[in-house]
Amino acid sequence: MSDPTSVNPEAGKAALLEAMPAKVARRRAKQVVVNQVGEGEAVPEIAVNARTIPGILTMRGCTYAGCRGVVLGPTNDILQIVHGPVGCSFYAWLTRRNQTKAAAGAPNFMPYALTTDMQEENIVFGGEKKLRQAIEEAIAIFKPKAIGIFATCPVGLIGDDVHAVARDVEASHPGINVFGFSCEGYKGVSQSAGHHIANNKLFTDVVGQSGTEGRKPGKFVLNLLGEYNIGGDAFELERIFDKCGLTIQATFSGNSVYDEFASSHTADLNVVMCHRSINYLAEMMEKKYGIPWFKVNFIGAHSTAKSLRKIAQFFNDAALISQVEKVIEEELAPVEQERLRAKEHCQGKTAMLFVGGSRAHHYQDLFTELGMHTLAAGYEFAHRDDYEGRKVLPSIKVDADSRNIEEIHVDKDPAQWRELKRDAEARGLTLNDYVGMMPEMKDGALVIDDLNHHETEVLLELYKPDIFCAGIKEKYVVQKHGIPMKQLHSYDYSGPYAGFKGAVNFYQEIDRMVNSKVWSLIQAPWQKEPQIAARYGWE
Amino acid sequence: MLLRHTPAEPAVERQALTINPAKTCQPIGAMYAALGLHGCMPHSHGSQGCCSYHRSALTRHYKEPVIAGTSSFTEGSSVFGGQANLLEAITNLFSIYDAEVVAVHTTCLSETIGDDITQIVAKAQDEGRIPKGKYVIKASTPSYVGSHVTGYSNMVKGMIEVFAKSTGKKLDQVNIIPGFVEPSDMAEVKRMANELGVKTVLFPDTSSVLNSPQSGKYSMYPKGGATVAEVTSAGDSILTLALGPLGAGPSARLLDTQCKVPCQVLELPLGLRHTDIFIDALRKAAGVVVPESMMDERGQVLDFITDMQQYFHGKSAALAGDPDQLVPLAQFLSDIGMQVKYAVTGTPGKKFEAKMQAICGPAAKIKEGGQGDLYQLHQWIKQGKVDMIFGGTYCKYIGRDEDIPVIRFGFPIYDRVGHQYFPILGYRGALRLLEKVLTAIQDRQDRDAPEEKFELVM
Repeated sequence: MSDPTSVNPEAGKAALLEAMPAKVARRRAKQVVVNQVGEGEAVPEIAVNARTIPGILTMRGCTYAGCRGVVLGPTNDILQIVHGPVGCSFYAWLTRRNQTKAAAGAPNFMPYALTTDMQEENIVFGGEKKLRQAIEEAIAIFKPKAIGIFATCPVGLIGDDVHAVARDVEASHPGINVFGFSCEGYKGVSQSAGHHIANNKLFTDVVGQSGTEGRKPGKFVLNLLGEYNIGGDAFELERIFDKCGLTIQATFSGNSVYDEFASSHTADLNVVMCHRSINYLAEMMEKKYGIPWFKVNFIGAHSTAKSLRKIAQFFNDAALISQVEKVIEEELAPVEQERLRAKEHCQGKTAMLFVGGSRAHHYQDLFTELGMHTLAAGYEFAHRDDYEGRKVLPSIKVDADSRNIEEIHVDKDPAQWRELKRDAEARGLTLNDYVGMMPEMKDGALVIDDLNHHETEVLLELYKPDIFCAGIKEKYVVQKHGIPMKQLHSYDYSGPYAGFKGAVNFYQEIDRMVNSKVWSLIQAPWQKEPQIAARYGWE
Repeated sequence: MLLRHTPAEPAVERQALTINPAKTCQPIGAMYAALGLHGCMPHSHGSQGCCSYHRSALTRHYKEPVIAGTSSFTEGSSVFGGQANLLEAITNLFSIYDAEVVAVHTTCLSETIGDDITQIVAKAQDEGRIPKGKYVIKASTPSYVGSHVTGYSNMVKGMIEVFAKSTGKKLDQVNIIPGFVEPSDMAEVKRMANELGVKTVLFPDTSSVLNSPQSGKYSMYPKGGATVAEVTSAGDSILTLALGPLGAGPSARLLDTQCKVPCQVLELPLGLRHTDIFIDALRKAAGVVVPESMMDERGQVLDFITDMQQYFHGKSAALAGDPDQLVPLAQFLSDIGMQVKYAVTGTPGKKFEAKMQAICGPAAKIKEGGQGDLYQLHQWIKQGKVDMIFGGTYCKYIGRDEDIPVIRFGFPIYDRVGHQYFPILGYRGALRLLEKVLTAIQDRQDRDAPEEKFELVM
């Protein structure tokens, strides 16, 4: 077990940058900070959402991945057609583990990868004609009510206009909502740009497409934003919400369908899980429809309880508050039993988390519940507000890469705007805010944005954490170091980890991983002992 | 049903739309080939998503670290060209990661904007970004041409272009260029050549790279991989055997043009007949006698087939994968008495259909290219059932819906392990394939037999 206090954090930071060329080290020095929480949750500034250094071996993916894979991927009845060479469609095909339960007889496009498979002649002479025809063929086969068209790198470069094609298809197929995403991989500096592009299009072309009759029955109707149903997380949250008497109008976008998106403007509240990928939609819905939002975290049993209480407090209904308390009491008892059992084995162990735009924050709660320390954490594609809190938003400088991503100007829609705040702020609830990861981390912890391969190796050597969390590309690099590695994108094909039952799964999983016997078997007996001179026993 | 929108009869004659492709794009093949060079860092010149996707896909398939750099194009570099990004990447890959070779492949992005890699690499050389004794090799791999197999082949050509030299003095060695096959298969080909007593240079060679041991110590450049010295010496070999016309043929022919090393392009030594052809070619090239040990291995394959023929006979199969693999597989299945009813490959090329039709007969349905996809294969299966499907992991959605066993074969295999360690090439590989087929058949019989027909001895 590593001692979390054994490494001086400034020395740790210096070690990370030591072997790098001066130019690279200078850039990285601003992206690695030693955490220090001051008055008013003030934390040091971190340089993030910056261009990736070429050849650094980044964890990051592209804009297309953020748009097609993350935000739109989990929904099951929007037919998604990827306009480009075959690869982009191929790699986004079922790989993110977004589970979905489509009703019998209802559409489920999830197991299908549709692409125009652009060939050289399409690049030279343009691919719009092929796209147009591919969409016609897709309509004949799948009969969808909505189609999303995703542009890949060459599409933008050769000037194919996916939006014009979308309009054209709509004109000849009234009744099908067709929309394009200009999510070419080179836009922005990471997946983050793709989230924004997806949010924009969902807002302008999908949200609000149905009337108020689309509102689901229930007294407390809300949207769950930034929950993607990896490993069944959304299923667990649906179970808990249902038990509490809360109605989920739409989840963006785990286990979701088009009609729920289209009617999501009828909900009374937006709660946000993954701030980075979906905060734009929450902001825009607040402006146009008056739907307030706040940040929640359903990763960790106690975090789940806290978030449920916050929702009950928002609706400010005695029966709801008492039902939520009842659910928490009922659900927490068995969770606590398992937590304490696992905690006995995990207490004092150390973890590092480098993932996503929220998970590196959320999962610290689960490790804390197990008595484990987070030595270092960072995001792959987050912005300063995800690290330092939304209080820094006014001071974020918009660079050229971010300016390339459209910022939609949204006005209040007087016909649809509703006053929904219920004096929540007066009752002590903070709306439209996210405190960020750093204020909730310990002083001296390392915070590292866009961690690369070299730094990963230095961290492992220097700190020898008991567990390291990141994604599939890092998985076996870390394990070859003899350190267990937990994938927090795909959950290593297990889960759910959200909510109460999810917490139990996670406790058991981490207990198994950090205490597995296999790590003690790596050294063969003859490697542990110095060489000895000997003869065959029988000689 | 998982694939509930796949009817037996086509709703439309598709010409533009690919549904559930049986191929992926060039760059991943180039990345995989580059990993078969010792001390090599693959580098993707494009958006960082390409690199991330390829590394993820290869990692899921091998459960191994897969390293590669990316030029991380932004909108600016897409407009002004990616030269600055590639130059910076070259510096970083040599200085931070101490690569011996950086293998740059292009993407649809850098190809579309027309980045000239030769010029950029020359500039890197002029600017002293490539340390003495280190190399940058390159391959043009636009995603809108060919498939992952093409990309693999192009990167092998890139290795030859830079390294293979003819000194004028021939060496007593035979080059073996394997197509896009597993590390276990590359190791098996080497073992067979060794068993024959033939000195070979096999490249690329991903064995001991993508099936490396857990030692508690991570090594960025594992001990496997063909060395630069070996590939250099390939220019002096007496012969090249290319295993797989698409994956290995073009590079073997380049070696012939460049260094006057004659080549023979063979099918992959998969199954009895094509392993025989390989062994025979190797024997004749090196002038050696096939040892008894090899005859024993061959005999075991024959023994398996003769003993278990009743189970194989008349069974039908649907295949999805790469042409280099499917042609000898179809031959092998046909040789053991099975019938290939359908086959698809996304990799374009007309020869595939002709070759397959010749092996499987005129009644078999065969399709290549964009619409040679798993959707098409599934429709055929719905029209007439088969006893088993050979293909990558995506086939399991068909297998589950139609209640047909899927034998994991080719790329990608995300949901099973074994392909890293156990070959399907050579006689031993043939045994493994036979075992897989037989187990699939017998498991079904055990599952489906009425109680009174449940057999003890099979």
